[in-house]
Amino acid sequence: MAQRRISTGSRVFDFFNYFLLALLALITILPFIHVVGSSFATSAEVANTKFLLFPTDFSLKAYEYIFSTNTIFRALGVSILVTVGGTLWSMLFSTLTAYGLSRRDLVGRRVINFLIVFTLLFNGGMIPTFLVVQQTGLLDTLWALVIPVTINAFNMIILRSFFLNLPPGLEESAKIDGANDFSILFRIVIPISLPAIATISLFYAVTYWNTYMHAILYLADADKWPVQVLLRQIVVLASGMNYDAEAYSDVPPPEVTVKMATIVVATVPVLLVYPFLQKYFAKGALLGSVKG
Amino acid sequence: METTTLTAKQEAKEEAKQIKKMKRSETWRRTKRNKMIYLMILPGLIYFLIYKYLPMYGLIISFQEYKPYLGISGSEWVGFEHFSRLFASSEFWMIFKNTIILFGLQIFIYFPIPIIISLMLNEVRHSFFKRGVQTLIYIPHFMSWVVIVSVSYVMLTLDGGIVNAILEELGFQNINFLLNEDWFRPMYILQVIWREAGWGTIIFLAAITAVDPQLYEAARMDGANRFRQMWHITLPAIRNVIIVLLILKIGDVLELGFEHVYLLLNSSNRNVAEIFDTYVYVAGLQQGQFSYSTAVGFFKGGVGLAMVVFANWLAKRMNEEGIY
Repeated sequence: MAQRRISTGSRVFDFFNYFLLALLALITILPFIHVVGSSFATSAEVANTKFLLFPTDFSLKAYEYIFSTNTIFRALGVSILVTVGGTLWSMLFSTLTAYGLSRRDLVGRRVINFLIVFTLLFNGGMIPTFLVVQQTGLLDTLWALVIPVTINAFNMIILRSFFLNLPPGLEESAKIDGANDFSILFRIVIPISLPAIATISLFYAVTYWNTYMHAILYLADADKWPVQVLLRQIVVLASGMNYDAEAYSDVPPPEVTVKMATIVVATVPVLLVYPFLQKYFAKGALLGSVKG
Repeated sequence: METTTLTAKQEAKEEAKQIKKMKRSETWRRTKRNKMIYLMILPGLIYFLIYKYLPMYGLIISFQEYKPYLGISGSEWVGFEHFSRLFASSEFWMIFKNTIILFGLQIFIYFPIPIIISLMLNEVRHSFFKRGVQTLIYIPHFMSWVVIVSVSYVMLTLDGGIVNAILEELGFQNINFLLNEDWFRPMYILQVIWREAGWGTIIFLAAITAVDPQLYEAARMDGANRFRQMWHITLPAIRNVIIVLLILKIGDVLELGFEHVYLLLNSSNRNVAEIFDTYVYVAGLQQGQFSYSTAVGFFKGGVGLAMVVFANWLAKRMNEEGIY
């Protein structure tokens, strides 16, 4: 790079730019630190400290409390099952569809693409979708959290663009060797597309872990509620002010630290996988190709 | 003379036919060769047909008095009755206004923020700093709305929340953010910004990397300062992406975030917080008015689609790329 004179104006600009960005990052993350910190504090300390970030009086009481019942284990079990199973399910069908539609010689490809993109712009809405879920027999089963969202059109389009940009020579040579389309996909295309596969898997996994709306729409049976519904229940329980609060049982309101700890439990799995996958999408190249 | 032109014409016709035939058999050959590919996309296609297109067909119940035990074929037709009931309802304008205001906040307040952050990140020269900021500001996107709303809740509650504790410390009155009508909209949009603004930068940053560095060099030669470089080089370079995303955002009037608003909604702030999505949920699934609530959803979806089409048309008229 050529030598560059740095003017005073430019320095001032840099100072403010770095300062504002650092501030932004800090504001974004402080609430979470506050919640994590409070969850490990005693209730007394939370009540007496104005801005608690790191507890001085370390306590696991809140966690002991929430893990003392079966409810949280059941909810976590449901969430883990739906997340792992749902991600595999969605990835299988998204990859198959995306790869198929990335083949330029496929007759009818444009029509099918249009049909899929159109669902992003218009859909039947909540009630007709509910009726279809009901008529396909999914109500009150965990499948209701998975099957109606099998393929996310956006994710499928990202995968498809990724496959479209692979060098076409790969398939040709494999074809000459007599490989069929399935073995090309599973033996050649997927192994070289791992960054894309990993990123889209993360997107699906996070969506499944965070599922809330479909649970309250399709599952009446509290035993099948995932952890997000439980979290909601614990946090609003005390107030009884929200629409859905009446639906919850009449247990005494949990302490603040318990609420904080439940938030942490509902969040931690996402935070654990995030750093490992972060490097893939930080490059941004993948998502830049959405259009097209 | 006459005959030659005739035969020439005929020949041309024959040739065109031949080409058509060849094309058709070529299409057929390609279709047959790709049997396995069709097999691959079949499950996906079935999914879209059942869970996306069947509900669109289900929209016809908005013209019926749908009874679950009668089904679509057996239910009575009532024409536009549900729509007229919706437009005549005293709640309609309240909900319409609330929806439009939240939509406006999304477009005018939220939308520019990721662009500004991207421009700022692009000016950072130390890549570790840039990556560090990116890593942190992406995190909230991966949190559920339940977590975002819950974290806000424990911070804003009157009952030991940190924000009111600070207000008190500074000698201000306590504010009941969660129940106060005036605070619903600021709270809504701040949560949207908190969760999505960081993640929203990704696509702009990707577009910015495509800018030719020589342009900046040339601008510097001409004495352009950093602001002018941003304004005259970076911003025009990502203009297409901005327009495409704006059109998509306008289409998002469809999905204003049922989950988010529903979680914030309570009987005290209902006058400002009830939007079409939450109204559909309450009227449809809690009160069992399937046909009426479907009509409400249909109206909202139709408006959303019309707005995307209009925005896209507008973009094209202004010689921009558009989304299709």
